Amino acid sequence: MTTTTSGRRWRTRLGPLAGVLPFALLVIFFLVVPTLVVVVGSFLDASNAPTLGNVTALGESIIRDAYVRSVVISGVTALLGAIFGALLAYAVATANPNGALRRVVTAACGVLAQFGGVMLAFAFIATVGFQGLLTVLFRDLGLDIYGSGWLFDTPGLILVYTYFQIPLMVIVFLPALDGLRPQWREAAETLGGSAWDYWRRVAGPILRPSFLGCTLLLFANAFSAYATAKALISQGSPIVPLKIDDAINGEVIQGVQNLGKSMALGMVVVVAVVMWLYARLQKRTAKWLR
Amino acid sequence: MRTISRGFAVVAATALALGAAACSPPSSSSGTATSSGAVNAATATTADAFGGMDALVKAAQKEGTLNVIALPPDWANYGAVIGAFGKKYNIKVVSAQPDASSQAEINAAKQLKGQPTAPDVFDVSQAIANSNTALFAPYKVATWAEVPDNLKDPAGTWANDYGGYMSVGYDAKAVPAVTSLADLMKPAFKGKVALNGDPTAAGAAFAGVMMASLANGGSADNIAPGVDYFVKLKKAGNFLPVDPDPATIEQGQTPVVLDWDYLNVAQAKKLAGKRDWKTVVPAGAVYGGYYVQAINKGAPHPAAARLWQEFLYSDAGQNLWLAGGARPVRADAMVKAGTIDATAYSALPKAEGTPVILTQAQQTAAASYLAANWAKQMG
Repeated sequence: MTTTTSGRRWRTRLGPLAGVLPFALLVIFFLVVPTLVVVVGSFLDASNAPTLGNVTALGESIIRDAYVRSVVISGVTALLGAIFGALLAYAVATANPNGALRRVVTAACGVLAQFGGVMLAFAFIATVGFQGLLTVLFRDLGLDIYGSGWLFDTPGLILVYTYFQIPLMVIVFLPALDGLRPQWREAAETLGGSAWDYWRRVAGPILRPSFLGCTLLLFANAFSAYATAKALISQGSPIVPLKIDDAINGEVIQGVQNLGKSMALGMVVVVAVVMWLYARLQKRTAKWLR
Repeated sequence: MRTISRGFAVVAATALALGAAACSPPSSSSGTATSSGAVNAATATTADAFGGMDALVKAAQKEGTLNVIALPPDWANYGAVIGAFGKKYNIKVVSAQPDASSQAEINAAKQLKGQPTAPDVFDVSQAIANSNTALFAPYKVATWAEVPDNLKDPAGTWANDYGGYMSVGYDAKAVPAVTSLADLMKPAFKGKVALNGDPTAAGAAFAGVMMASLANGGSADNIAPGVDYFVKLKKAGNFLPVDPDPATIEQGQTPVVLDWDYLNVAQAKKLAGKRDWKTVVPAGAVYGGYYVQAINKGAPHPAAARLWQEFLYSDAGQNLWLAGGARPVRADAMVKAGTIDATAYSALPKAEGTPVILTQAQQTAAASYLAANWAKQMG
């Protein structure tokens, strides 16, 4: 008797957990283990002896500059993406919910937000590269839009990243706009408020946490992007993900794999801070969207 | 072995290697180093240890299989090399991950250690070979003496196999004819000159800077003039920071590419009729680079691995590489002996001057100079 009761008790206790098992395994193998590899590797040298050299190397000007550039590019494209994406999302949110405009824009954004890597880079090279379609067209008109190769440097990355940041903003910000109830506006107007009052005192405060949260998500999205930059930029590895690639896969300078890991650790720290901010904002947003 | 496929190739290779390890059942034919009972193939350092070539062939045929890795069929004619070897000796060649990188070969050997699917032989870049000699089994082929001394390890762990010279490839329809690196400074080349990657990371780009150095008063010990050359090229607006690949060349985005001559020649063949792709080895700036051949110490088919080496360094093997546009390492000896494929040899781009080949120390010194100066000066 006792065995069956305890067996049943075990089953009821483990039952709900069994469903989480696949997810737990996934997290262990694809998040926990890689993170540990990165953390441990950051403090080992090429012959696996403990060292702080990889971490102190993060302060070298060339690596520090890459972090600064990564943060600036991610910040600028997150802001541009957030502003233009929010405007587009508002246009969509106020349109007929079952209309063609909304369906077309959301479908297009779903595709474009994931459009990156070699294809996206090549599309821009073929359009505004030195022999690009637009470059040649404008050259015939006497205009030089290629300049000294801005496309293959920080400005190019900002342009190309913004291209996928705007549609991503539309997708993540649209639910917040849909949460604005028309009754609130009506109430504001009934009480004699102007449109400006409504945006400043009602819609603005409600949307602010969500807007900032989405902006942070965009920041993290750009900060960790690798494939697009890899395909677009072949010289100098200006941003951190490319520097990590050089350290791990480089054929010329050997034995710096673990420096790559310490750079990855630095990125983990930056993203962790961003995600912590995001989670805090998310808490405040959730209150209004119930 | 390919220098182009970096990044994802390594990740994919690792995943594949792990997958393959998990799926393959233990094979009875593997790992039996002393297959004939008398000879330990895994420690044999010459064919004589087997009792001559015939005995080596027999031992290899008993193993029946050879595992090769990272040999693209269209690279240096490897498709034909593998076919010819299999046919001549009736041995099955299993070619894994043809597009993997040199580092991926080493990773696969480590991860598949002791497995019947582990690679038997390596074809890797010089830098990767230098840092992994502990994984290689020493073996000297019958033609060992004809491999120039600076292109092999005296201990026999590795020898260069085939290679080429750094060259300028260009679309003759898009730009004027190129005869020297100085030509590339002209206004006609504005925004058109591409290097194959970043020289602090990609081997071919490193070689491009070294070639520019040789053309501008530098030497094997001094890569600085090469960096100066590219700084000037950038100031002139001629440097194009696009990573060239067959697609960008075909599309016309990269009309001038500094790369190995055998790659530029192969490009010309592929683009015949579409682009007039020409290859020039600049006079007085002949920079040579060779790949490395080695045997995996833990090769599951040790005799077949050794027979493969004998075949690659035979006249037949060397001529097959030559037919693919690569320069076989025994070329000079074969020219003297009259055994070289004269037609293929004369079709190679002409090179004036003695080729410069870096020692490991020179390579390391140049790499650290680039690490400290390239990004700073080109930024």
